[in-house]
Amino acid sequence: MSNDTVLVLVVITALCFDFTNGFHDTGNAMATSIATGALGPRTAVAISGVLNFVGAFLSLAVAATIASGLVDTGKVTLTVVAAGLAGGIIWNLLTWLLGIPSSSSHALIGGVIGSTMAAAGGSAVLWHGLVSKVVIPAVLSPVIAGLVAACGTWLLYRITRSLTDGARRHGFRIGQIGSACVVSLAHGTNDAQKTMGVITLALIANGTLAKGSNAPVWVITCCALAIALGTYIGGWRVIRTLGKGLVEIESPQGMAAESASAAVILLSSSFGYSLSTTHVATGSIIGTGIGKKGAEVRWNVAGRMATAWVFTLPSAAIVGATGYGIAYGVGGTIGVIVDLIILAALSGFIYWRSRATKVDHSNVNADWTGGVAPEQVPAEATAA
Amino acid sequence: MSWINLTALWKIVVFGLIAGAGLPALFAGGLYSLSLGPNRARAAAAGGVAGSDGGDSDVLVGGSIIGMVIAVIVFLIILAAIGWCVYEIYTLGHPAPAKK
Repeated sequence: MSNDTVLVLVVITALCFDFTNGFHDTGNAMATSIATGALGPRTAVAISGVLNFVGAFLSLAVAATIASGLVDTGKVTLTVVAAGLAGGIIWNLLTWLLGIPSSSSHALIGGVIGSTMAAAGGSAVLWHGLVSKVVIPAVLSPVIAGLVAACGTWLLYRITRSLTDGARRHGFRIGQIGSACVVSLAHGTNDAQKTMGVITLALIANGTLAKGSNAPVWVITCCALAIALGTYIGGWRVIRTLGKGLVEIESPQGMAAESASAAVILLSSSFGYSLSTTHVATGSIIGTGIGKKGAEVRWNVAGRMATAWVFTLPSAAIVGATGYGIAYGVGGTIGVIVDLIILAALSGFIYWRSRATKVDHSNVNADWTGGVAPEQVPAEATAA
Repeated sequence: MSWINLTALWKIVVFGLIAGAGLPALFAGGLYSLSLGPNRARAAAAGGVAGSDGGDSDVLVGGSIIGMVIAVIVFLIILAAIGWCVYEIYTLGHPAPAKK
């Protein structure tokens, strides 16, 4: 009985994670379209939400990796999953507050691995699976995406060099709508599956599902809804960093970046690589900066992001392990509930902090002045 | 037990380039084809010097019938390619569940 209570709590927490995943990552699909004016900010997040929902139904390969390829499912308990999710959510919210497009996937995977290690020791983690399916793709994917985007950008400018600038801008803005839609679809396909994988993991841990099962339909539907809602809310802070912070983007570059992201994400998900859509999108955007003569990449912003990427897995793991420690110390169902109360309190605090330097659809495209908070707002909190 | 699945890697790079850079390049070709014709010369003469910063004409259609037909065909090919890719991913992504 108490196990069922915990299971319900875990599923709800997982869906909350999925929601943060959605709003943290809206920018991956839509930042460049919003930055070039191809789509209005609100239209962009609405379209992206719908396509994330559709995309979630497209593939189950990544969910399978998460559910069975990273940790020894026999050693995972519901408490472990709950603590791992808490780790993922907290890291996602912190990076969102700072406007850093870090990987939601790594936050989730880090959290789950941390809590598994705290519960059952390092031997319960399938290190080979972790390195070959998560760490190596994390290093390679932005490079591949950057390469594809740089080639694409060069080709687009080359082929349309006889067009007037106005015609080119106009044409590629239309094209960008299409490419942005495909990225949103790809995001739903790749990222919604991560939560599906975790819920499946919890159901297996609880004995509700047999080992090696696929995600049930209700899980897929709930995850699709959660990520779509999160996307619709829009993580304006991250959108701003990606769209305005890295490179000043023109519409051909936007289309090249989005096409590169979409292709790399969709191809990798179909191989079951749980790669980070964030890393791919960032790699693509930097690639378009490299592929266009005279474009300037703000490497200091890129460097800050890369630092956050390196820290994401271990930091989320530490939070996940701490969460497990607290839940284990208190014990039983109450332990999980205590964890979730702490999680809710911290989330509330982070949200309250974010109000001080609000970024929303109205100021998301304001000129980049060095930090995520546009200048007219008193900006001491996010500059750090 | 290899750390890097090289087969998957080269497939991602090659197909990534074909779909991720090739399709937008095809789209660019479509735009170019669409722009052919008398209107473009007029737009250029009206101040929008091709490829320069001064180009403020955003007229896309050049007026050449053949150009327009080619452009439409190219755009349809792109849509079909996207649809086909999505379908492939759908069939690849729903493997039979492992044994119970």
